[in-house]
Amino acid sequence: MGVSYELKPTTLTREEGSEERWVLNFGPQHPATHTTLRLLMEVEGERIVSCTPDIGFLHSGFEKLGEHLDYNQYVVVTDRMNYVSPIANNVAFHGAVEKLFGLEVTPRCKAIRTICAELARIQDHLVCIACTGLDLGGLTAFLYGFNARETIYDLFEQLCGARFTTSYTRVGGLAQDAPAGWFERVVKYVREEVPPAIKDVETLLLRNRIFLERVKGIGVVSHDDAISWSLTGPMARGSGVRRDVRKDEPYLCYADNWDGEGAPAVEFKVPVARGGDILSRFLVRIEEVHQACRIIEQVVEMMPAGPINVLPEERATLPNKREIYFSIEGLIHHFERIMTNRGFEPPVGEAYFANETPNGELGFHLVSDGGRCAYRVRCRPPSFINYQVFPHLIVGHQISDVPAVLNSVNIIAAELDR
Amino acid sequence: MTIDVIGALQAEFGELEFEARSLMRYADGRDSGQLWVRVPAERLLDVMKFLRHDGRCKFEQLSDLGGIDYLNFPDADDRFAVTYNLLSHTYNHRLWVKVFVNDPEPAIPSVTGIWRGAEWLEREVYDMFGIRFTGHPDLRRILLPQNFVDHPLRKDYPLRGKGEREDFERVTREMA
Repeated sequence: MGVSYELKPTTLTREEGSEERWVLNFGPQHPATHTTLRLLMEVEGERIVSCTPDIGFLHSGFEKLGEHLDYNQYVVVTDRMNYVSPIANNVAFHGAVEKLFGLEVTPRCKAIRTICAELARIQDHLVCIACTGLDLGGLTAFLYGFNARETIYDLFEQLCGARFTTSYTRVGGLAQDAPAGWFERVVKYVREEVPPAIKDVETLLLRNRIFLERVKGIGVVSHDDAISWSLTGPMARGSGVRRDVRKDEPYLCYADNWDGEGAPAVEFKVPVARGGDILSRFLVRIEEVHQACRIIEQVVEMMPAGPINVLPEERATLPNKREIYFSIEGLIHHFERIMTNRGFEPPVGEAYFANETPNGELGFHLVSDGGRCAYRVRCRPPSFINYQVFPHLIVGHQISDVPAVLNSVNIIAAELDR
Repeated sequence: MTIDVIGALQAEFGELEFEARSLMRYADGRDSGQLWVRVPAERLLDVMKFLRHDGRCKFEQLSDLGGIDYLNFPDADDRFAVTYNLLSHTYNHRLWVKVFVNDPEPAIPSVTGIWRGAEWLEREVYDMFGIRFTGHPDLRRILLPQNFVDHPLRKDYPLRGKGEREDFERVTREMA
């Protein structure tokens, strides 16, 4: 990679000693990057010879913040990581915290978290599928996908009061139970709104010769490369790697006997494509949306009654407001959890928990020294790890393929830079 | 399954001592089932190559790589640890490998030759902790600007920084 890093933010410079090679600066502010990232591309005509990504424009020290915020406060920061599917990050973070504390959440909490995780998958994939069209010039497909996505925001607003930054999970439970009629609305949504939207996008794109020719055989990752480059999620499954954290290391409702009374794990298939190109990842994502709808319907059917939080004796959750205002024990309990000289009392040790988020395995590795805040919060960001392979995917292709490949990697710069 | 890995390691590297420890042991005696082993930095590459290629281990993927600064940690002997989260697709198991390093000039060998995915992860650890990875093809800062001096995830670096924000060069219209 012979590109100099000290380039001034100009647009085009000629490589020294070469007649045909130019260095093209792409980003950091460019509509096709979707967010803020920069690429330095050495080009020969339209063909890319080498590519050097420059990231970190949105670095905001999320891992450092984790050492200064307690286990409930940090959930707000996780929202800001992958903001296209924030609730999946909440589920991942508090899954790790509960593993650290050794807590087992209640069946109803598991079921609601599973629904949230799958809604997040639909939410993220809809925007990615739709943007595949947008980045190749097909704006209509984008509108169909985004329209269906809007209802998910409404559903999340009813669930937790926020459309975008959900912050819905808490240590040992959830912020609040789902409102009356919410599950019916979710089922109505996944039955009546998602499949037609996907079908619209599919019909618009998959019968379009221009679209197909621009996604077939572009940005190919081989099976072995995908494993060696640590890829996960649709990036890996699009290359024939049959791995999904939900199946291989099951948690929540993806595990058998999740309610303690022998309930079976939810049934779903893990779609795998062998091509490794943009089209394969596109098809994997489409099928994952269908499977997510299937999971949601099953979970709503099996939805157990009961509390959403673990028992107060576990000393992990905040009591509900009624107890705080009307009983002295509740008030003491509340203060013990939130005061800066009291707080959580986790055991000393480490824990790793990963959630299969839309982009891949989002893991949190927490280190605790027994204090109220974590000693170290290591996040395994799928965007960051998947993006490493990008310069190798784009070499040899044309400049106009950059947005398409960038979209199929589906990086979210806030998670990339954290 | 993971016990076999430790056994295989011990059989291969008789001169080293491998003790399989659980990442977390709860007060009631349970553990989280996630095992880690300590490997000395000098032998890291040999051990990692063995873990990657041996038929009993087959850790094809480096799932994650991160640093920890143990400066204020109770009863910690070493300053830094680098944690490798290894994942075997064949056997579907994980193993955490920890390497401890100390000031001044902490350095460990790079595993980019074994797992290509380590490239950016090692750069991030270098950026955040100042641990050098010898043999890394392109060890530059990745998230912070190239002219940044400190390593912010070290425990002696203050949360609000050391005033770097004020000292950043401002890009003006004339410069561009």
